[in-house]
Amino acid sequence: MSPRITMAVTRRVLTQLRRDHRTMAMLLFLPTLLMTLLWWMFKDTPAQVFDSIGPSLLALFPFFIMFLVTSVTTLRERSSGTLERLLAMPMGKLDFLFGYALAFGLMAALQSVIAVAVSVGFLGMDVVGPVWLLTVVAVLDAVLGSALGLFVSAFAQTEFQAVQFMPAVVVPQMLLCGLLVPRDQLPTVLSQISDVLPLSYAVDAMQHLMVSATTGEVWQNLVIVSAFAVAGLGLGAATLRRRTP
Amino acid sequence: MTTNAVEVRDLQVTRGDIHVLHGLDLDIDGGVTGLLGPSGCGKTTLMRCLVGVQQVDGGTVTVFGEDAGSVPLRHRIGYHTQAASVYDDLTVLENLQFFARVRGLDDDACRRAVEAVDLTSHDRHVVGRLSGGQRSRASLAVALLGEPDLLVLDEPTVGLDPVLRKELWELFHRLADAGSAVFVSSHVMDEAERCDRLLLMREGEIIADGTPAEIKERTGAADAEHAFLTLVTEHAGKHARREMEAER
Repeated sequence: MSPRITMAVTRRVLTQLRRDHRTMAMLLFLPTLLMTLLWWMFKDTPAQVFDSIGPSLLALFPFFIMFLVTSVTTLRERSSGTLERLLAMPMGKLDFLFGYALAFGLMAALQSVIAVAVSVGFLGMDVVGPVWLLTVVAVLDAVLGSALGLFVSAFAQTEFQAVQFMPAVVVPQMLLCGLLVPRDQLPTVLSQISDVLPLSYAVDAMQHLMVSATTGEVWQNLVIVSAFAVAGLGLGAATLRRRTP
Repeated sequence: MTTNAVEVRDLQVTRGDIHVLHGLDLDIDGGVTGLLGPSGCGKTTLMRCLVGVQQVDGGTVTVFGEDAGSVPLRHRIGYHTQAASVYDDLTVLENLQFFARVRGLDDDACRRAVEAVDLTSHDRHVVGRLSGGQRSRASLAVALLGEPDLLVLDEPTVGLDPVLRKELWELFHRLADAGSAVFVSSHVMDEAERCDRLLLMREGEIIADGTPAEIKERTGAADAEHAFLTLVTEHAGKHARREMEAER
């Protein structure tokens, strides 16, 4: 791995994003707009629904969006021939993946900071734990989404397939992460499955921050989420082949 | 011991269920070597083998004494893929600067590469908005970065106007004179005349190898296209005879 090459990839991806204003705007503001929509939906209901599911969705939206953006972008790189050209150059596979992860991680951080700031600052989301830690969780979720997106893009031959990986990989995690039914109330098998899905830990962290000021459990969850992200990048590297059929 | 830039021995490649290369032997040295043949004959596969991005079933490919695709070679080979492999949403210069950083080259190398393909006046244009020929030249410029020791160029002149094609072939010769080995494929026969050495390929086999003059003389043809046609007929005849003998 070489920092020079990793940074070259990061810079190039960010330049590409800067040129694509529409994607940039959606990356930065879409989660915030969705949070605002959610707040509006429950504005006139007496129960504190926004406060109870808002934090979980702050974990979910960045994960969701970064997964999609990353898998399509990397697939484009694979199919346009630029990846083949790069791999014939002194480009390490990890340089390539970390370069992407850094660029999208940075975007994810901006996206999450805006979404958290608006949710807590303007929409009055009540969080008992520290708000900065809430932001850290959101950023890591987005990085996790990027890492998994990089990984699954290896299994998609077309952009159609890549887009469909979202319902295949992301939606089951959404259903089982504890947002709709608390994880301990799921049927045993599903509860066990939810134990090995990364999003469950992200949502656990958010739900904990919502009701408690203690941070020990949050950090534990964050370690697990990070481990999944690193594993996603590692598996992604394993699927990048210099020699193709 | 190794005198040739490229040595291919008994190379076998299957893509899908097609046997593209079945035991190819080939040496390539300095100068401009042209690889000509109809589309689908295995030119791209052979080039991908030299660069080290093709899965190989058997045989060896050695470049400057090292296994094709090995780490030290990645700094020494310039590769132009048949379809333009550049980022459409970046400018010509941004594309070159990115690939130059990956190779550890400076902005001066980018400027020289842009000049070489005559895109200086367009270097701040986004590649996606350029014409097909300009886009292809931008992609060629990436291969030329840093004047590599071996240039593997897969149909670099397709769709370009005659003036530019002539200029590019002059450039290939200048690079070869400066010591690079230049390996260029084409399916346009009139480009054959511009090579120092010509390889005619058909169905994964090299059916003729020599200077354009030698090949024309051997076949008695007036130009490369007719030479190729003569050779194809001879080759097919030989195949048929061999099969008949085998049956007997």
